[in-house]
Order: sequence, then C-alpha cells, then structure tokens
Amino acid sequence: MTDGLNNAQIAWRAAQDIEDGAYVNLGIGFPEMVASYEVEGRHVTYHTENGVLGFGPAPEPGEEDWDMINAGKKAITLKPGASFFHHADSFAMVRGGHLDVAILGAYQVAQNGDLANWRAGSRAVPAVGGAMDLVHGAKRLAVITTHCTKDGKPKLVEECTFPLTGLGCVTRVYTSHALVDIEDGRFLLREKLPDISLDDLQAMTGAKLHIDGDVAGLNAPVLDHA
Amino acid sequence: MNKKIASIADAVADIPDGATIMIGGFGGSGNPIELIHAMIDRFRETGSPKDLTLINNNAGNGRIGIAAMIDIGMARKIICSFPRSSDPRAFTEKYQAGEIELELVPQGTLAERIRAGGAGIPAFYTPTSYGTELAEGKPTATFDGKNYVQERWLKADFALIKAEVGDSYGNLTYRLAARNFSPLMCMAADRTIVQVSSFVEPGGIDPETVVTPGIFVDALVEVQKPQQEEVLIRAGESYV
Repeated sequence: MTDGLNNAQIAWRAAQDIEDGAYVNLGIGFPEMVASYEVEGRHVTYHTENGVLGFGPAPEPGEEDWDMINAGKKAITLKPGASFFHHADSFAMVRGGHLDVAILGAYQVAQNGDLANWRAGSRAVPAVGGAMDLVHGAKRLAVITTHCTKDGKPKLVEECTFPLTGLGCVTRVYTSHALVDIEDGRFLLREKLPDISLDDLQAMTGAKLHIDGDVAGLNAPVLDHA
Repeated sequence: MNKKIASIADAVADIPDGATIMIGGFGGSGNPIELIHAMIDRFRETGSPKDLTLINNNAGNGRIGIAAMIDIGMARKIICSFPRSSDPRAFTEKYQAGEIELELVPQGTLAERIRAGGAGIPAFYTPTSYGTELAEGKPTATFDGKNYVQERWLKADFALIKAEVGDSYGNLTYRLAARNFSPLMCMAADRTIVQVSSFVEPGGIDPETVVTPGIFVDALVEVQKPQQEEVLIRAGESYV
C-alpha cells in the first residue's frame, strides 16, 4: 500500500486552499510548514497567538531577536505591515471569528468534527497552550495529518478516544491519502490518491467515508520532506 | 508623583509569603528576569517570599527565572497554560513529586480571565474548553444555540512586568512581541511593579504610543540593558 503524500506535500495541498487576503493561524510544528507553500500572487497574513500579525520566516542563524518569537517560541521576522498586540486582543482575533483559516495537527478527528490534539497520554505533564482556543472562531478549521498513526491506526475515527480539544469544530481534513470534508456529522470524501482504491482507503479509515459528487485526484508536486 | 523606586531589591521588598504574583512574558519574551532574581536573592537571605502562587503562561525554563524560583521551593502553585519548555526539569520534578499544584488554563482563557480581573468583570462565557476535561465542574450556558463555559476573573496581589520605556507616572511602552500578557497583568494586580529598560520624565513618551497608561502601574525600577531569558538559557546560565 502506498505511503501517500509526505508532510511537505500535505502542507502544499492545504496551502492551495488559502485564499488571497486571508488571515491564517498555523498550529505549532507540522502546520507551520504550510507557510512555505504560499501560492504566488496571493497575500496571506499569518497570526501567532503571542501577539503578532504579519510575521515572516525565521531569521538567519545569529540574527535572532528573542523578544520576537512565535507561539512555538521560535524566532521570527516581520513582513511590511506587521503589527503587535497584547494577548487579550490576540485571542479576540481567534474567538471573535476574525481569522479566516486555522490549520492544526491532530491525534484524532471524529466524523462529527470533534478534534483531539492536545493530550495523548495521562502520564505526561498536561499542557494545553492555545489549542482549545484556536478551535473556536476561525471561519474554517482544517486539520493536516498523516492518514494513520505510525503503527497503522486510523486517525479519522467514529469517536475520539483521546481527550478532546473541541467539539464539532473541524471542517476539513488534509491527509497523506485523502481530502475529506466534515458535513452533517459525516466524512465526505473530496479527493483521494489516484492509485489507491476506495476499498483500500476505507480500510485505513476508522469511520465511513461518504461520497457526494465527484472524488477528484489528490495530487501534489514532488517535494522534499523537510 | 514619582513612582520610581531606587533599587530592584527595594522594588520586591514588600512581597509577603503566600502572595499571588502575575509574571509577564511568554517564554523568554517579556520575562522580567531581574525582578524575579531579586525575589530569589531576598528568599536566600531571609527565607521569604515563599508559598507563592505564580501566574504566567509557562512554568519556567532551564535553571533561571521562574524555573529557579520553583526549583528552590518558593512556589506552591502555578496557574499557566503550557508548563513545558525546552528544559522543563524544575517544574516537572516538583509536579511529579506532588510538591507543586498546577491549575491548567487555556491560553486565551488565561488572558481573558486576567483582562476581566483588571476590568472589574467577575465572570464571562467563552466557547473555549466546552465539552473537554478542562471544563469539568464549571457552569455552562447556551447562547444563540452555541455552548459556552463560565470562567472567573483572575486577580493578583502583585504583577512583575518588563517594559521598554517608562515615565515617573507609570506610562509604559513595550519591545516587539514582548508585551504579550503584560498590559493585562498591569491592570489585574493590586500592586504592579515594572522594570523598564529606559526611564524618562513625563512627556518623554508620545501619548499616542503609550501602551499601558500609568494608572495601572504602582512602581517602576530602571534596569538598563536587561537580560533576556532565552539568551541566558542558550548560554547555559543557572540561578539555582
């Protein structure tokens, strides 16, 4: 069975759906990769929870200013037109519905849109950060993820078994094997890898994949897995 | 009126045992490291302040600042959103030994609780955490068909803040993304103590650029060329 798209290709596919003029929050880690594949000719403004709009890539090593970081505490640069603001304003942008898109990672996504992405086990020190805030407010909440865990368990499930981050919040999932929308409590298959059969894809998925209209091919250019 | 205090030791001299202290900063950005280390110095000399409740986004990093306070036993509780860092040993060890209490609060809810504390709003409703384990035991309500969790304001006895420029009335500006929680915490504490990199006379800050108006500030101390937590951690510094 195919490994499917690598993380860079999943991030590329998600970036194609970010429209010109969008205000976007990318979750810490893998979702940050989406910014690398911004579509030429579109202007996207990135929001980070600690209080910056309009940040750019990391500075050159040695050029970091550690008062200017993102939510993952990595050094950032500013693009022209950037702004700073305090934390209550920053989360007003989130909760107040001002962001167009938030893209987050996931341990599990359920067919009703429930998301589990903040706590995998019970032994580690619990840490939530902005995860539970970010799932509320963005006009579209997308998840990018491998289709299955490293040991082959489905990440798209009927019901989450990990602790929930938010209820009914996810609207679209980009995986290594498929693009799935969540509507009316079910997974709607929009795109799948051209070389995987529907039966094989369903077998890798923990809940029923519904089809409503055409299923397009999920394609991405060859990209190094950074 | 002059809110300037001569020395950093004087600035933290009246913080008692058992105090609740908001500490500005997000990770190392905006962390008032000199004020924190002045508290540690006092604790070493006098045994106070201890049994503190600390409010910060994080629970310290490495062997300096908040992590050092936790490591040497000054804190009994921390209210934060993300008690992990590149070197979280100090908090993790105390937490797993049951020697420090953790109140975990989603980051935006933490900010809004502090803002509410400063604005005189005892409770509010937010969609954040509804239906999750962090909402257990909290009142909920439905508005226009959507579910919300009731959260309470958060106030403190003291706030320790790092700002860039301050005047003797307490007007403040901040540096880059280092403002984060600080303008909120200035509003929510009974006594707000600020270290500023540069002290100016009233009129020295353009009123159009004031971020925290002086009404929210009680005391300022000048710390020129302040240290930066992240830089100290990367240099392997320790204050334990």
